[in-house]
Amino acid sequence: MTTSSLALGTEPNEHGYRSFTLGGFSFERDEYFVHIEWPTGRHVAAIEPFLKALMRDVAWNFFYGTVNFDSVIGTVNHYGTVDLFAGRFNEAYRMAELDHLENFPHDEIKQTFQAILADWVNEGFDPFAAPQETGSAYGLKNGDNNSAVTRERVTAQRMVGLPNDEPLRSDASGYPVNRMFLDVDQSEPQVEVEPGYEKEVSAFNFFAYLSRSDVTWNPSVVSVCRDSLMCPTTEEFILPIIHGNDRVEWFIQLSDEIVWEVNDRETGRPRAKVTMKAGDCSAMPADIRHQGFSPKRSMLLVWENNSAELPGLIARGEAPTVPVRF
Amino acid sequence: MGDYTTVFGRLNNYTKGGVELINDDAKNYVFSNMFEVASRAKPWEKVAVAKNQQYVLEAIRAEGTSEWRVTPHDEFALVVDGDLVVELLDPAKPLVDANESGSRAVKGDPQGTPMGTIHLGHGHMALLPAGRCYRMRAEQPSVVLLQTIQGPDTVEKWADICQKF
Ligand SMILES: [Fe+2]
Repeated sequence: MTTSSLALGTEPNEHGYRSFTLGGFSFERDEYFVHIEWPTGRHVAAIEPFLKALMRDVAWNFFYGTVNFDSVIGTVNHYGTVDLFAGRFNEAYRMAELDHLENFPHDEIKQTFQAILADWVNEGFDPFAAPQETGSAYGLKNGDNNSAVTRERVTAQRMVGLPNDEPLRSDASGYPVNRMFLDVDQSEPQVEVEPGYEKEVSAFNFFAYLSRSDVTWNPSVVSVCRDSLMCPTTEEFILPIIHGNDRVEWFIQLSDEIVWEVNDRETGRPRAKVTMKAGDCSAMPADIRHQGFSPKRSMLLVWENNSAELPGLIARGEAPTVPVRF
Repeated sequence: MGDYTTVFGRLNNYTKGGVELINDDAKNYVFSNMFEVASRAKPWEKVAVAKNQQYVLEAIRAEGTSEWRVTPHDEFALVVDGDLVVELLDPAKPLVDANESGSRAVKGDPQGTPMGTIHLGHGHMALLPAGRCYRMRAEQPSVVLLQTIQGPDTVEKWADICQKF
């Protein structure tokens, strides 16, 4: 059986949805829930948060480290292959030896997840949108939203707005100012360029660019300094995944407020609560998992070190799990 | 109801959050506020507020006119409070090796070709291109968040700026 025939799924069930298998895992949906089974157990979860988590995992190419969909299901990125797990980062499942993990080639798991999104996301539901900006994920099969679920994250090569790089956002390009950012100044910087330096003398309104984001909890690369990536994002409601990074990452709160729940990366036990207001800077250590809560749409600068060597260094204990000691 | 106010921080008007501990050490979060850092900094002092291996984000209090600097790699300046004028210059001869990290001061006024001038307001970001020189000017105290690599002038004073308990 080839990957493509697997990815197509079964014939639709009585709710109109196809079922899918990936290795020993199977996925089935009804009007409200996803039902996941594996050789040592099964899991039921509400379909809306599941699809929102699945959407990020696919659009981010499995991101950095662990993407927990909830306390049981998730993926670990090995940058070429990906683990799909059940209970692997849940203390009780581990102790009962009921956890299960299978490793897949990147393309195989991505194709399956994309096929699930294509079939299970109904017309009018956008998994990237804030709850008040989209329709319902629930109910019987009703059309699709393929233009929404095939979006990939935006990655500038050098800086947004440079010639031949990621373009600015505008009303004309389909990115109106978000309803919660109507008070954000839209003026662009005044740039006086001497002839011949058009590719280097460049500036843009970073806050206006963010105010026009049509997605939530979806960092996009805006400026690149070697492996240092500025990945700002606009946040509203709850981060649909619980991120267990394989390296240190940083949060710089640019506007408004987010509260982060921080739990142990391995067990899920609570460790801290971090409240971030505009101007606050906080590291997320490499041995935790975090989930953010944003009451009003806010601007968050996620700052990543993209070095391919970091996960190995930290896993082998050759790099610390915190960025500085003082 | 329904009229939203976006809250940005300012040098003289910011509110700080913080880390509430359940089972952890506050120092692990290296928690600071860039406006508090800038409010206590000297003009143009490059204080690291975030660090990941060799990479840093520096909070810079912009006030008056800076020295000329040259950067071996791209840097990015985000104005998080106030207004900033950036002059760019293409030096007549290379002033820094491209393998170096972090920007450094240029002695005196560098010779070369003016590339242009950028007037940045609140929330604006400018590219400070690799191999080029720049000088900044701020009429009123302003704050810049600089994406760069740790260099000879990066100031680390984590114990002074971070939550410890
Ligand atoms: Fe994260």
